[in-house]
Amino acid sequence: MDFLFYMGDVFSPINFGLLMLGTIGGLILGATPGLSPTMAVALLIPFTFQLEPQQGLILLGAAYTSTVAGGAVSAILLKIPGAPANIATTLDGHTMALKGEGAKALQLSFLASAIGGVFGVLLLIFLTPVLAQWALAFGPSHLFWLAILGVTVIGTLDSSSVVKGLLSGCIGLWLATIGFDDIMGAQRFIFHPAVSGGINVIPALIGLFAIPQVITMFTKGRSSDDAEVIGVKKHPIRLAVLEVLKRRTALAIGTITGSVIGLIPGVGGQIAGLVAYDQSRKASRESAKFGTGHSEGVIAAESANNAMVGPSLVPLLTLSIPGSPTAAVLLGGLLIHGIFPGPDLFMNYPQVAWTFIDSMLIGQILMCIFGLYVAGLAASVARVPHGVMAAVVLGLAVFGSYSVQNSMGDVYVMASLGLAMYFLERFGFSAAPLVLGLILGPIAEANFIQGSMIADATIGKTAYFFTGWLNWLLIGIVLASVGYSIWMELMHRRYTTKDDAVAKEEALS
Amino acid sequence: MKTWIAGAAMALAAMAGMAQADGHGDYPERPVMLMVSYGAGGATDFQARIVTMTAGNEDALGVPIAIVNRPGAGGRVGWNWLASEADADGYTLGAYNVPHFIAQSIEGGVSYSTDSFEPIANWGADPAVFVVGADSEFNSMEDVIAYAKENPGGLTFSGAGLFVGHHIAALQLEKAADVKMAYIPNNAGGAGAMRAVIAGEVMGGVNNLSDAFRAQNAGNVKILGIFDTERSDFLPDVPTMQEQGYDIDNASVNYRGVMVPKGTPQPIIDHLAETVPAMFDNDRVKSRMEAGGSPMRIMSRDEVIEMWAAREETLKELLAGL
Repeated sequence: MDFLFYMGDVFSPINFGLLMLGTIGGLILGATPGLSPTMAVALLIPFTFQLEPQQGLILLGAAYTSTVAGGAVSAILLKIPGAPANIATTLDGHTMALKGEGAKALQLSFLASAIGGVFGVLLLIFLTPVLAQWALAFGPSHLFWLAILGVTVIGTLDSSSVVKGLLSGCIGLWLATIGFDDIMGAQRFIFHPAVSGGINVIPALIGLFAIPQVITMFTKGRSSDDAEVIGVKKHPIRLAVLEVLKRRTALAIGTITGSVIGLIPGVGGQIAGLVAYDQSRKASRESAKFGTGHSEGVIAAESANNAMVGPSLVPLLTLSIPGSPTAAVLLGGLLIHGIFPGPDLFMNYPQVAWTFIDSMLIGQILMCIFGLYVAGLAASVARVPHGVMAAVVLGLAVFGSYSVQNSMGDVYVMASLGLAMYFLERFGFSAAPLVLGLILGPIAEANFIQGSMIADATIGKTAYFFTGWLNWLLIGIVLASVGYSIWMELMHRRYTTKDDAVAKEEALS
Repeated sequence: MKTWIAGAAMALAAMAGMAQADGHGDYPERPVMLMVSYGAGGATDFQARIVTMTAGNEDALGVPIAIVNRPGAGGRVGWNWLASEADADGYTLGAYNVPHFIAQSIEGGVSYSTDSFEPIANWGADPAVFVVGADSEFNSMEDVIAYAKENPGGLTFSGAGLFVGHHIAALQLEKAADVKMAYIPNNAGGAGAMRAVIAGEVMGGVNNLSDAFRAQNAGNVKILGIFDTERSDFLPDVPTMQEQGYDIDNASVNYRGVMVPKGTPQPIIDHLAETVPAMFDNDRVKSRMEAGGSPMRIMSRDEVIEMWAAREETLKELLAGL
């Protein structure tokens, strides 16, 4: 119960002030497209030079938790996911916002985030030694199968057509091959210096989601002078709480999937939201409603991406290995104060370590309170006229893509992918499977090649990839997922014609 | 005579004026940018932020240095940009990692070489070490090599990628001990390579001394040897490879420092070469670097020029066989 003992430290005036600063600042940074949690934390590190280690970490911990949740704001209101973690939130969240239920979607997302987040931090507090073993259990062969599991989600992610979902996933996988291959040292498809480092996920994400939006908004703004204004319905917080409690299945699936997958170094954070969304759709009794502004979709996705925050720090705090880019930045923040994470971190620096964890716990709750407070205000974004909105989104998209690597090349990548996506969307393809392909491609490829190199030197490929209970388990889940999709496909044949796609597009936007 | 003096005085004044007009006279007038070709939070970025934090002091540059990250393709994206697109006006500096960028330029496919840049000063040197898991049966490099001799190509060991210090160290070890081993480059960098060792996915690994030092303190790995010519202050008990009978020099040591693109005016280079090493040699910087477990090695411009040339020669020879 050490964490309760140090809980008091969080509430000392300076510490609590920093916690508030980190939370509010984090929400704003997170809501800005392109500023991912990793970048937000990296931006704050220089400020911690002047602070005590404990205070610096409170600031970083609070900022980390709230930027992840803040990403939902732009995902829901603008359909621009702040980070890969928020992709799944756009699927139902933005549809809700278009129906005038933006306030409700935001409230649900902050509540679900807080519940998932608190659960994740509690796991970090109580189960760290067990979780550390789990984080180490995933070798190249397991990560390969996990990526394949992600690929099986691609086909069903787009609710309109399996074939089109798979096709856009393939486009994503192809885009992922561009650039330098880190393992073999080959240069692939580098036709312009802007893509020599490969297609960065964040600019691609912004382009694929935001640009088709912008073009649609511009065309609408022209076609009719009295473009319908979306009314923003007020939504009492009490109802949002009841709604979240009613959707227990989605909440449980989101939280558990998020914390389990979030733990796996290098993979977790990016796909936790999408996998949780897909699983909760498969488990839901109202699975047909997913994608049309269904509350379960938002709850599952957001509880998953915040549940991942606590467990994602386990490898860093216990083994001293950063499991995600954000954890690597946090490692820098620890080292600069001379604190070496490892199994004896909690013995040597209990005051720093426990206060840091406590600040993430309290940060989740503060984040939820502030989030609920601004939800009503933020939702009125939907009232902004289309023309103005399009200009603002376009500005944010350019700013967000540029700021990732300070590179104009990324802006060109964003713009060209976005333009291409506009036409693809007209024909019923959607962006989420494409991005998933882009994320999973490198994971599957790198781990397959690494695994093969190890296998060739030791026991051979077949034995390496097909033995061991974890491999069997993952292969089993992959087969079950594929089987379920085929069965669903046979039960309700889904396909989309061009006319359906246009009709759907017009009904939504 | 008088006219001659007046003429000379006027010429002097004109020259001074010209120098002023070029902007070298009171360089730097505005904040300076330091490009780091790795992502925020990586070891290079982390150290660059520490060593430049006193840049605004009067006895240093007098203006702050802003770190700008241009990550991608193992550093190639950033160095390509510095060599071909950056302004050579003294306001754009770059951080270098030797042997990485030299090895990449020898490998080809990039638009830079050592001739594209002018070194300013070196701040750190992080040697590579050979690590094995804490419960490994190997207790010395002799055990490792003995196993590798019995199982040619069967000893798997991880490192941060291709054409980086770890890869160079791996090649040197194979050459010096005359064995064939399986080097597994990791796509998640040094941290990923270390994870593979701790999790037992590979039998050993080459990693950074600073990271291995932390992992050893955490009880996760054993450090069997240092790829450097002398022992480290952080690990006085760990022998070098030479002490263990393998003829391996310091070619894989990861040197980090500051450079500018070719074409930067000579007076600015001279000014930076004078002030930057003094800026690194600051007590606050040193204590922060030590607290972070990052070994410092300050070298002047002339020493770095020599080091680059020596490195290029060794690497050309080593990589020729690939």
